[in-house]
Amino acid sequence: MTADVSIRNATKDFGSFRALNDVSLEISAGEFIVLLGPSGCGKTTLLSILGGFLEPTSGTVLIGGRDMTHVAAARRPTTTMFQDYALFPHMSLLDNVGFGLRMRGLARSERHRKALAHLDLVGLRMSASRKPHELSGGQRQRVALARALAVDPDVLLLDEPLGALDLKLRRQMQDELKAIQRRVGTTFVHVTHDQEEAMAIADRIVVMNQGRIEDIGLPTDIYMRPRSLFSAGFMGEANFLPARIIGAADGEVRVETALGEVLLPAAAFAAAVPPAGGRITLCIRPEHFRPAGGAEASVALGRASIIDSAFFGGHHRCHLRPEAAPDMILTAHLPQTAQPRTGDLIDLAVAAASVVALAEAPASTQGDPQ
Amino acid sequence: MTVTPLERAEQRKAWGFALPALVWTTAFFLFPFAYMAAISLWTRSGGKIVATWTLDNYAAFFGKSHLLKALLNSLEVTAIVTVISILLAYPLAWIIAERVPKRWQRMALIMAILPFWTSYVVRSYSWLLVLSKGGVVNQTLIWAGLVAEPLQLSASRTGTVIGFVHFFVMLLTLTIYANLVQLSPNYRRAAADLGASGLQTFRHVILPLTLPGIMVGAFLTFVLCIGDYITPQILGGNNELLLPQVIMLQLGRRADFPMAAALSLVLMAVVTLAYLFCARWLKMERT
Amino acid sequence: MPRQLQTAFAILYAGVLYGFIFLPVVVLVLFSFQDGTLPVPPLHGLTLHWYGEIFADRKLMAALGNSLLVAVISSAVACLLGFLAAYAFARYRLPASNLQRALIVAPMTVSTLIIALGLLSVFSRLDIQLSLWTVGAGHVVINLPLCFAIIYASMGAHQINIERAARDLGARDWQVMLLVTAPMLMPSILAAFFLSVTFSWDEFIIAFLLSRFDVTLPVEIWSMLRSGLDPKTNAIGSVVFLMSVVLLFMLELIVLRKSGKPS
Repeated sequence: MTADVSIRNATKDFGSFRALNDVSLEISAGEFIVLLGPSGCGKTTLLSILGGFLEPTSGTVLIGGRDMTHVAAARRPTTTMFQDYALFPHMSLLDNVGFGLRMRGLARSERHRKALAHLDLVGLRMSASRKPHELSGGQRQRVALARALAVDPDVLLLDEPLGALDLKLRRQMQDELKAIQRRVGTTFVHVTHDQEEAMAIADRIVVMNQGRIEDIGLPTDIYMRPRSLFSAGFMGEANFLPARIIGAADGEVRVETALGEVLLPAAAFAAAVPPAGGRITLCIRPEHFRPAGGAEASVALGRASIIDSAFFGGHHRCHLRPEAAPDMILTAHLPQTAQPRTGDLIDLAVAAASVVALAEAPASTQGDPQ
Repeated sequence: MTVTPLERAEQRKAWGFALPALVWTTAFFLFPFAYMAAISLWTRSGGKIVATWTLDNYAAFFGKSHLLKALLNSLEVTAIVTVISILLAYPLAWIIAERVPKRWQRMALIMAILPFWTSYVVRSYSWLLVLSKGGVVNQTLIWAGLVAEPLQLSASRTGTVIGFVHFFVMLLTLTIYANLVQLSPNYRRAAADLGASGLQTFRHVILPLTLPGIMVGAFLTFVLCIGDYITPQILGGNNELLLPQVIMLQLGRRADFPMAAALSLVLMAVVTLAYLFCARWLKMERT
Repeated sequence: MPRQLQTAFAILYAGVLYGFIFLPVVVLVLFSFQDGTLPVPPLHGLTLHWYGEIFADRKLMAALGNSLLVAVISSAVACLLGFLAAYAFARYRLPASNLQRALIVAPMTVSTLIIALGLLSVFSRLDIQLSLWTVGAGHVVINLPLCFAIIYASMGAHQINIERAARDLGARDWQVMLLVTAPMLMPSILAAFFLSVTFSWDEFIIAFLLSRFDVTLPVEIWSMLRSGLDPKTNAIGSVVFLMSVVLLFMLELIVLRKSGKPS
């Protein structure tokens, strides 16, 4: 089963601390939503409010169109997969997975049949009679998933379920989660602070910071066309270039930066183009720098010298000092085949379509990517 | 912070869970204790308790020399027992912690405190078997020609002290051992590294670090020893009475409830004073 | 001191102290087999006569039964109340919880003589007949703090999510407690129970002051002492000691061994 979720103006205070600040979010049935943000951003609070472990100070939660704001966890059509898995240590896997069905009064044989089917779904049918402490971390994680899915919830809430796994296992489990979600069709709401994980599994990503939603959208949009500086910086490395509007004409906007005047398409702006004189920030990802004179409509940014570089396999990550602004340091990814040397001078350019202009002044002149 | 409906329901449940224990303790401990405190300020007339408020019982305690003497006896015996027990138990705990191989330590400790679990009455009776005129010790001494006449070991303060020391050596071995094994061996290495001799290390490093364990044990010894009736009653004889014996006498022969209550509160006051004296170390133990 | 001398000294010291610790128990058990009427040397011969005597003694066996009954029931009640209270304080926020917890453990710090006297004065004032029930009530008072403290200490924050998961899957409060919390904490609940049984089994003062016609074993043994040294007392004392040791080993085997396993 599956259901849509609607959160309206949810606020949660813990004493004088506002963990969640007037958050509204619409999730469609069957969607895989990822709540992404640093620790303390309110993502887990929001998940707990959905699961019924916390009540919002104000605002409402609707699941499948019904008001669930003050309904206890047990009577919601949601189940939660906990960060520490929270498996019952004294029960076998079969009893763990069958627990929710037992609570729903299912007969033993029917319960076992369904529990086994769900263990099969996560590939642990053969271990049904084992106890949780006999399993590895990844296996426990699967049991927790099977247990949460066994009661056929409308919405599955996942609280950083992959956080305790090592990187390789994590990538593997991401694929499995995604595949299982497609198969069962349940709405998944998944909390994480790992932006790569978010991009790998989400239909839509919700970026949160300081109790508010910063950005919502498809993974590609959030990465390529972020709507806030925080969102841009959290999703990956970015160079933030302060700029000022000179004027707009014919779908193009002329702005002034420390690296000289730049002509941008109006589509580079996430919101409406500010009037002349307005301060904005240009956001350029390191991999978007191109050698000057390429085929795409490109924006020239002058010459820069290489301060240092490091080889990352797929690319060289270089720190650059523009000649026009020696105080500034840019980060750029040069192609695998390039042979950057400290002191080399290169001509900087960037594809016009990949520049994002945000109507916000950066907190510091340099981007502070994760 | 506003309380939401679910939180209010949770709060009600929590009270439901806590209430049985709270009610039991209030009804069968707090209330009886308060009632006893009240009785200690009442008097007795014609075998009945009369609720007239007076300090007579306490005045009598400090006025009648045999009652005050009982308290002093109790304090003396308790002090002697505590000191001897610590002196005997510390080396034993040390040997178990330092000289017994790790895998045998648990067994050595269990053996050292096994008789701890014989009942009070049986343990004291066993000592009577050992210490009486015809008992094992006296017969052995006479057989070895060390004494001509059996020694007065039971029915004397010696008997009481031996009975107590036996019990508290086991208790203290346990608490001191627990303290010794949790000390990192690096303390001793560090002290030795800095040039301390074995004795200096013990005196300046190990002893101060195990002091909390010693104090916890000493406090327990004090509390259990000064409140015990069985051991002095079986092993101490009638020449010298301790405070709990006098309290039981008020109950039995004289049926003087107010006086027994007053004496109990004196006993409790002494224990509280001991607690305040030890509180510094008892707190340290908890952190 | 050379190391070998130190070791020799340590062995000697430990030997003397173990001897001191075991002396009364050994004498007690040895002379329970005395073929004679005085349980003191010389040992005339070995006999099981005195054990036959005690098992034929109706009063003594009744007292033994009473002791077991009081120990088991009062420990079960103390464990139940202690578990519920520990659950309340570990899982919920109650006002003045420090003060409430202090109240529950308070009896641990007060001499049993004082607890017994307080109960005796209230029972006699309310004209409540002294019986095994009043003894049991007193034993719950002394064992409740112990059970509460042991179970409360074993309720960690990591179990909160496990209980939440159960609730999330539709379990009601009593189901969470019965199917998840209690089984999860079984080692410490059993430890509290067995320890409590041991204490109740040996307790004298409360049992002495709060009982009348039906008495527990320590009280019955106490009245046997009036007749002086008697191998029969040795025999029953040995049985009591043996039962305490059995209880201890059960505690060690069932509880401590289990809790050592990873969970």
